[in-house]
Amino acid sequence: MARMKFLCDSDRCIECNACVTACKNEHEVPWGINRRRVVTINDGKPGERSISMACMHCTDAPCAAVCPVDCFYTTADGVVLHSKDLCIGCGYCFYACPFGAPQYPRLGNFGTRGKMDKCTYCAGGPEADSTQAEYAKYGSNRLAEGKLPLCAEMCSTKALLAGDGDIIAQIYAERVTRRGYGSGAWGWRTAYKEMTTG
Amino acid sequence: MTGLTRTLRRAFAGTMLALALAIAAPGATTPAHAQAPAPSAPAQASEQMLFNYLQGDVRGRITIPDQRAATLIQPEGREFQHFWRTTLKWIGAIAVGGMLVVLVLFYAMRGKIRIDGGPSGRTIERFNGFERFVHWLTATTFIVLGITGLNISFGRELLLPLMGPEAFTTWSQWGKLAHNFLAFPFTLGILLMLVIWIRDNIPGATDVRWFAEGGGLIGHGHPPARRFNAGQKIIFWSVVLGGGAIAVTGFILMFPFQFVTTMSGMQLATQLHGVIALVMIAIILAHIYIGSLGMEGAFDAMGSGQVDLNWAKEHHSLWVEEVMAGSRDARAPTGARGAGAD
Ligand code: HEM
Ligand code: SF4
Ligand code: SF4
Repeated sequence: MARMKFLCDSDRCIECNACVTACKNEHEVPWGINRRRVVTINDGKPGERSISMACMHCTDAPCAAVCPVDCFYTTADGVVLHSKDLCIGCGYCFYACPFGAPQYPRLGNFGTRGKMDKCTYCAGGPEADSTQAEYAKYGSNRLAEGKLPLCAEMCSTKALLAGDGDIIAQIYAERVTRRGYGSGAWGWRTAYKEMTTG
Repeated sequence: MTGLTRTLRRAFAGTMLALALAIAAPGATTPAHAQAPAPSAPAQASEQMLFNYLQGDVRGRITIPDQRAATLIQPEGREFQHFWRTTLKWIGAIAVGGMLVVLVLFYAMRGKIRIDGGPSGRTIERFNGFERFVHWLTATTFIVLGITGLNISFGRELLLPLMGPEAFTTWSQWGKLAHNFLAFPFTLGILLMLVIWIRDNIPGATDVRWFAEGGGLIGHGHPPARRFNAGQKIIFWSVVLGGGAIAVTGFILMFPFQFVTTMSGMQLATQLHGVIALVMIAIILAHIYIGSLGMEGAFDAMGSGQVDLNWAKEHHSLWVEEVMAGSRDARAPTGARGAGAD
């Protein structure tokens, strides 16, 4: 089985935000929630880089470890998913997530949050694959259709890579070798406890 | 705690980063691309380098309204994961579980502490209606807050396997609602307690002696005490200070990123709330024990408010003297005459 990962080649990302828009559109993500975002560091300075970031589908996922109702599960492809039927909106996963992935619709009294929402790697949720019920809660399930996440598929510069971790790491390594530089696989060490040979 | 060391570490790391950039900017090579030909991109912001020197969040600019999303990576999330999964569970298990074991052993060894002189049959008022109301307001909300809080910390291990995921979520959802709403009466109770009892809880010389003689619990004598003995004063101050800290951190959690706006602050508040709450639960278990099973006559003080005179004399000798002196010194109002004196 493949171990699915994301890798953003920040030397290619042009901060067009198409991945962000595509994700919102594909999954009908509600207002105020962004499953994917593009962060620009060193903005306007030498060494400026943009990185597209969403849930990294971590190894030994911190969100899953701190969830008081244990509503996360990891698929055979290494994708970290959760059940919105079980989530109580406590917000702990947001404190544990190194990548700011969990998002909450604001509702109810005080600062209470609704059911957590995050990137599903276009793999839906616990409901039966490609059903209306699954779509309403988690968005489309492209993985079940044999397709990769839309954000990476439509990235115009192919900065954002999705797919089996070994293969995308290989692609990235070849790029770095050819062009002679690379600023590393952002987040990989924290997410997967490893570095790419980049 | 972790927050403090983190701040120090970050200040240090920031200086290191500035130094490193100044010295090594043009030709910096890092293990991340050691095999690659000499890097030609200017001032590389490689993850490896950032992490080595900064050891903290990687922040940038973002075009969506949610500014928290501008933090690209916060590796401390892994520390929070470790704390919640391991450290907090151990602290809780040792504090709460350990206290239960101690209490069972203590009961087995010491048994119920009786009134030495036996009940006298005469009673004296210890707590008036308002004081008892404040006590039970705080106590009942504390118990519900404690149970629903323990459910957050340990429900996953203890209840989820028994109840199944759906039932456990339903229960936890109700628990969360109760925890949120009962926070208000609990906080009110703590504040009222502070106001009505602080006067009698200022530490004094009798407390030193009380401790030296091992109190009524460990020692067998009855060292003199005023309205509250040193042990009770400790309970009072841990409830007021501990409960206050729980309330402050709790409200920070309840209104996330409102009072405290940083991620590390929210993480710290969550950790402090959990740790202080679990320690407080342990302390209150001991308090409940001594107020019910552990000591004859103690419960009446908060039950009916009337305690047996012999119990009062044994445990709060100076207080009984004060109360008695008050009535003994009572002067008849001027102009009052004995009945039938005319
Ligand atoms: C002013 C009072 C309080 C407020 C505002 C408050 C608020 C909160 C909040 C918002 C949480 C996060 C979980 C959730 O959303 O349900 C929480 C967790 C918790 N609370 Fe409270 N709480 C208060 C008092 C107490 C008291 C009195 C206790 C103990 C007797 C307690 C014990 C706990 C525990 C053990 C947790 C779980 C900690 C963890 O595992 O991380 N709380 N509280
Ligand atoms: S990136 Fe965040 S939400 Fe995604 S698996 Fe890791 S900890 Fe969980
Ligand atoms: S917000 Fe939901 S998914 Fe996240 S830790 Fe709490 S219950 Fe689990």
